[in-house]
Amino acid sequence: MQQTRAVEIGTGLFVFLGFAALLFLSTQTTNLEAYIGANSYTVTAHFNNVGGLKPRSPVSMAGVTIGRVEKIGFDPEQLNAVVTLNISGKYDRIPEDTDASILTAGLLGGQYVGLQPGGSDRYLEDGDEIMFTQSAVVLENLISKYLFSAGSRPSEDKDEDGDEAPDAPEPEEAPQEARQQTRLETGGDEMPVADPPAPDELDDLDELDGTNTPGGPRETADEADPALPDEEQGTEENQ
Amino acid sequence: MRYWVRDSWFQAREFLQTFGASQLFMLRLIMLTPRALLRPGLIVQQVYATGAMSLVIIMVCGLFVGMVLGIQGVDTLSRFGSEEAVGTFAGLSLIKELGPVVTALLFAGRAGTALASEIGLMRATDQLSGMEMMAVDPIKRIVVPRFIGGVISMPLLASIFTAVGLFGAYTIAVVVMGVDKGEFWSQMQPNVDLVRDVLNGTLKSFVFGVAASMLAVFEGYNAIPTAEGVGRATTRTVVITAIVVLVLDFMITAFTL
Repeated sequence: MQQTRAVEIGTGLFVFLGFAALLFLSTQTTNLEAYIGANSYTVTAHFNNVGGLKPRSPVSMAGVTIGRVEKIGFDPEQLNAVVTLNISGKYDRIPEDTDASILTAGLLGGQYVGLQPGGSDRYLEDGDEIMFTQSAVVLENLISKYLFSAGSRPSEDKDEDGDEAPDAPEPEEAPQEARQQTRLETGGDEMPVADPPAPDELDDLDELDGTNTPGGPRETADEADPALPDEEQGTEENQ
Repeated sequence: MRYWVRDSWFQAREFLQTFGASQLFMLRLIMLTPRALLRPGLIVQQVYATGAMSLVIIMVCGLFVGMVLGIQGVDTLSRFGSEEAVGTFAGLSLIKELGPVVTALLFAGRAGTALASEIGLMRATDQLSGMEMMAVDPIKRIVVPRFIGGVISMPLLASIFTAVGLFGAYTIAVVVMGVDKGEFWSQMQPNVDLVRDVLNGTLKSFVFGVAASMLAVFEGYNAIPTAEGVGRATTRTVVITAIVVLVLDFMITAFTL
């Protein structure tokens, strides 16, 4: 009898310790609050490039984490990334014209979605879309932009006076812009048709290059830059 | 030359036979498990023998593994100026790999050998045959409760190992080497995922528990009924469990990542 009681006490203690350890591991060492999303709502946002953003990355406003990235998908219609954000139900008074951008925490830290509040008095609701977005900054693009602009500046200075913007579209980027442009016009549903006009527009752009390209191409220049990695990474981010 | 070929052929056939026999044995154990759960007294006794009695070795080893992780982590990471990441480093490596794997190896050494030699000695002293004579199925009465006890104990032991290991890493990194206390936890928490890391580690320890317990009772049950045979069964238990656990660990990691 004494024997079995000792056995039972020992077993009870062991099982208790085991479950206590499991509880400690699952509550104290993990991002548990990310899973307790009973009272929350989701909004979507389209980005040209999500960079290193991953599911479960934080969504923060003014530095405070108010939600998590639920999933990252690829929109085959618009050919860009759809990010679904899961925001805690406590924060249900976020203006509708809020601006979402993908930012990096620290120098080499993980990426997160930062929200800048807008001024509207209508609030985001479940299923809404954030219209104003800013893509992740891809380091390679920044570097190549810097290198190309540094390399080509002296010749441009000879040709033209200062009236050209420092980051005017480079010839190298022109085909891509042209593709982006035609894709926007045709709705992007016919890739093979969209490709052929590129050389023609490349010539146009070359002529226009000096005289500060008017209208469309200038505006899309900033958006078009990250588009190349976007297409390459699209399949990877889909997983 | 011909003998060599014939020998290796026999060995390969014997290996295949043992492998198949162990699979059939495990299937039989799993089929008998629901009925064995009706007698919890036997299982509690085995949880005590395999789990509670292994607590000391698990906790001591966990503490020292964690402390080594703390030292090595701070030393290596300080070269990159990011000692704070030691929390992530120790947490992820303990929860995902070291906890389940080292616990399974210790379990094989502490509990697996005990199971194998106990059952093997029962075989050698004809106790199992005696039970059969009394119309008691020795697999139901002896083997299955030990198997279930091991399966229950392993995940609990692995969690205790991991928790104690984290405590050891915390002690070294924060108390001794002066990493910031808040940074230690706040770097760990966003990087450890409940499902992908903690649940995956627990799943691993459960699979290792099934494998280690099954191999121990299988080797014991099929031991050659001599003193030497029992000794050989005990040795084989540890060797085969170590190999199987490490191979399974690789496979689970590769498939779940």
